[in-house]
Amino acid sequence: MKLDCNVNIHHLTRVEGHGNIRIKIQDGKLLQAQWEVVETPRFFEAILVGKRWDNAPWICGRICGICSIGHTLASIRAVENAFGIMPSLQTQKLRLLLKHMETLQSHILHIYFLAAPDFLSAGSVFPLIESHPAVVLRAAGLKKLANDVCDSVGGRRLHPTRTVVGGFTMLPDKKDLARFRERLADAAGDLLLTADLMKTFSIPDFTRETEFVSLKGAGDYPFIGGELISTDGVHKKEYEYRQMTNEYIVEHSTSKWSRLSRESFAVGALARVNNNFDYLLPEAKEVCLSLGLKPVIHNPYMNTVAQLVECIHVVKESINMIDELLNSPWTEPKQPVIAKGGAGVGAVEVPRGILYHNYEFDEAGHITRCDCVIPTSQNHGNIQYDLQELARKYAAEGMQDRDIELLAEMLVRSYDPCISCSVH
Amino acid sequence: MDSGRQQSRTYLGVPLFRPRVGFFELSSCEGCQLQLLNNEATLLDFLSLVEVVNFREAMKERSEDYEIAFVEGSVTREDEIERLRKIRENAGILVAFGSCACFGGVNQLKNRFSLDWVKNEVYGNSPIKTDFVRPLEAVVKVDLKIFGCPVKKEEVEKIITHIALGQEVVHHKYPVCMECKANENVCLFDIGEPCLGPVTRGGCDSWCPTNRAGCWGCRGPAEDANLEQMEKIMKENGFSPDTILDRIECFGGFSVYAEKLRKDLGDSR
Repeated sequence: MKLDCNVNIHHLTRVEGHGNIRIKIQDGKLLQAQWEVVETPRFFEAILVGKRWDNAPWICGRICGICSIGHTLASIRAVENAFGIMPSLQTQKLRLLLKHMETLQSHILHIYFLAAPDFLSAGSVFPLIESHPAVVLRAAGLKKLANDVCDSVGGRRLHPTRTVVGGFTMLPDKKDLARFRERLADAAGDLLLTADLMKTFSIPDFTRETEFVSLKGAGDYPFIGGELISTDGVHKKEYEYRQMTNEYIVEHSTSKWSRLSRESFAVGALARVNNNFDYLLPEAKEVCLSLGLKPVIHNPYMNTVAQLVECIHVVKESINMIDELLNSPWTEPKQPVIAKGGAGVGAVEVPRGILYHNYEFDEAGHITRCDCVIPTSQNHGNIQYDLQELARKYAAEGMQDRDIELLAEMLVRSYDPCISCSVH
Repeated sequence: MDSGRQQSRTYLGVPLFRPRVGFFELSSCEGCQLQLLNNEATLLDFLSLVEVVNFREAMKERSEDYEIAFVEGSVTREDEIERLRKIRENAGILVAFGSCACFGGVNQLKNRFSLDWVKNEVYGNSPIKTDFVRPLEAVVKVDLKIFGCPVKKEEVEKIITHIALGQEVVHHKYPVCMECKANENVCLFDIGEPCLGPVTRGGCDSWCPTNRAGCWGCRGPAEDANLEQMEKIMKENGFSPDTILDRIECFGGFSVYAEKLRKDLGDSR
């Protein structure tokens, strides 16, 4: 039994944005285990006020440099729901393909560049270029494929150009799609190798019972729109999202926090797999179980494993969708947009969890109110309560401060937080 | 400095300076830094050209010993001024990296309102610190700007190669519109889309217009940009004053003209 512990991490590395970890145990008593978000707010929700509807996806995509596609799509969905626009089947498929490739890109970035160095005893991916060249090349290849598809479908991998309210400004070249199909088939093999690599990682054995929130599957593993559920049995409509998120302000964080049935809840890949395992494609299910992920799992470190499972799912589903797109003639890329007064909500599962955009419009289609609830802000409370439990558990087991520090860093990283996004 | 390290590579027989670089971010989406990690095909070559010693988003090790600092984001809070000054002290060359750093980016749209109003709109009565958004050069001396939201990775690599070779970095003087014409795109005015291509600095290879999305001016003004004429052409093409203003004010590169347009529109926004 160890009586004292002091961990102080200023601006945690290998995460997006700025956060600090502080743990203090004195005489066996936990005095503090805090996850501080110190990122500067950028006030997107205020910036949007007065802007015309077409500004929303363009500006809101810039909330985040990693999941700009997800923000753009949530923003578009909120505007389309407000104006009563139903996207064509072709638009829906292209958006989902784009979304899937962002998921693949972001998950691979996290699995290989942000999380893996901890399991391979490196400070970053850079020394792995020498020590594990095949691993780094595989990661770079998978990321490149995902980004190439995003360039082709969305116009640009970061801050997409073709995605607009009503559809797309332009359609991808079918020859490119056919080539991507071949590369995706190869990627499926690389992902199985990634699963083999992951089996060698020693994932900390830590659990804390958690409520998980995500979109609710209805036939398919859900990504864009639909109903909302939690493992504690809460079930709401998309437009009732505020009853799921319940945002509130805490003193030590510039990001808002959320709670539902308990003091906190979790969103993200693990939440989605926990809630929607049945809708995963068979290949993804198989890898999921082989990696010891049998829902419902309450170990937050398993989020990285869940991300890999989702990579397999999105690659397989993308191949299927490309086949469907190749087998039908292109229709009009974009439908006309008629602005009107009202409000709309768009809920989209982005890499780090469920994201909501909500706008209110005047009769001319100018935004009068804006609300964005970010996955990482929904996770902040859960990260903090996990940290408390982790500090208590491992200090009681007599673990050294520097080992607790590493486990705490790895815990926060496992949520793959997007901190500047959460403050927006 | 380790001279062996500096001369580890040569170009046409000339030993290459392999600069130690750090990446930093103030208020931003961190997307411009990610653009570098997103450039998988040439990432390894790029890393052989520079020695990355500080890149919080990608690595655990940190060093204050660097020659070039790439700073993304704009200044929006007091503590960022201190951080930026410290980076300035340490760096031989300070690069404003992306539109937020160069002009304030989308962040500066906040400056349309009073600080009390924006704080209240987002955080209610809870205390929160924020200031008016400023580009880096309002606080420290900036040696070089890399424009764009996001920056174009090919351009970043070209600029860093120039620095490594000790060559002067010269930005394109001509507008996006020239590149768009060279790419043989359909003119966006002809399909009813507003576009700032005629006044925005080129170098992105007409990234948005080539994807049939009108230019929003993220790279700021081209040399001799004629904004009065731009406004006139937009009006002739039937675009409303607030659509023109939305484009002109989006990234902060045309802030003086945006101010004029806002005054013309009256106090309605």
